[in-house]
Amino acid sequence: MSKANLLNRRQVVAALLAGRKDAVAVGGLGASTNDITAAGDHPRNFYLWGGMGGAVMIGLGLALAQPKLPVLVITGDGEMLMGMGSLATVGLQKPGNLSIVVLDNECYGETGGQVSHTAAVADLVGVAKSCGIGDARAMSTMSEVDAFAKAIQDVSAGPRFASVKIDSAGVERVLPTRDGTYIMNRIRGDLGFPPI
Amino acid sequence: MHARTDAAIETTPSWPDEIFSILQRFEVRQVAYVPDAGHSQLIRRVLSSASMRGIPLTTEEEGVALLAGAWAGGERGVVLMQSSGVGNCINMLSLVPLLKFPLFMLVTMRGEWGEFNPWQVPMGASTQGVLELSGVEVLRASNPQEVPEVVEAGAAQAYNALTPTAVLLSQRLIGAKVFK
Repeated sequence: MSKANLLNRRQVVAALLAGRKDAVAVGGLGASTNDITAAGDHPRNFYLWGGMGGAVMIGLGLALAQPKLPVLVITGDGEMLMGMGSLATVGLQKPGNLSIVVLDNECYGETGGQVSHTAAVADLVGVAKSCGIGDARAMSTMSEVDAFAKAIQDVSAGPRFASVKIDSAGVERVLPTRDGTYIMNRIRGDLGFPPI
Repeated sequence: MHARTDAAIETTPSWPDEIFSILQRFEVRQVAYVPDAGHSQLIRRVLSSASMRGIPLTTEEEGVALLAGAWAGGERGVVLMQSSGVGNCINMLSLVPLLKFPLFMLVTMRGEWGEFNPWQVPMGASTQGVLELSGVEVLRASNPQEVPEVVEAGAAQAYNALTPTAVLLSQRLIGAKVFK
């Protein structure tokens, strides 16, 4: 399955998070959340094990609440397709600090590799653009990924969207904690909010 | 999407303004909504407010996820919708007990009290059951006088005790949509 011209998902996510500084990272249900874990656990990682289609909206709520913090949503093509309307919602709010990266392997990797709509017809970069996200790009090289990782730190120039075609070959499973309350309260604590 | 015209509300009621004041007092910052005519006065207040941000959604489940993110970032939110939108929220409501964030929903009812449109009836009839099966406590206001105390109680338990709460605003309160 491995194709030479496609990027490796773990390398892409590691590069996106290498210089994250204060950024909060939201991982969509599926392999993306595992990729974030593989790049290193962090108190500002929001791991999703459910709520398919909700990753961008969680990122939006966070970005609006914390306008000075970079917020990076990393999700897959299937998760993004389920929440495609949220791109229009983001386009309307235009949070400068929100960045969205779709790791597009053109299939539902967690359920047996069934092909997704992006393999044949759906152009997520085009969707993002037509929903009012001006900075929407397709990335196919690591140097483009590195440039995007730097851009994330500029909290006045978003929202931005990028899709990376990645290798659909399976990678070693690296699982984050499944305790949602812990994940939520760890982020809140790190941002300085006390327990209720 | 689920239109109920402003014409159905013949005089300007005071209860939407009272809801707005309660949301202000509870320091609600993110007000997400799929529009309903029953919420139109409140939405206008929110959109002209300096302390609240009105966030139009394409589907109601977006609002549930938005509130999770808002809470992670230290803000409170509320989702406004019509009863038909409750069905759209079901899977996303599973985030609420897992992540333990304050969920407060204000739901204008259709499909009851003099409803004209049969297509509103099935979802209107199951709205309360769907919410309860999804772990959301349901309160209801049926007349203008009780709106403030019901919404106040709902907001208090949602934000102070993290009890997921929906307040159903009866069609009796708002008036059935007139089709003519």
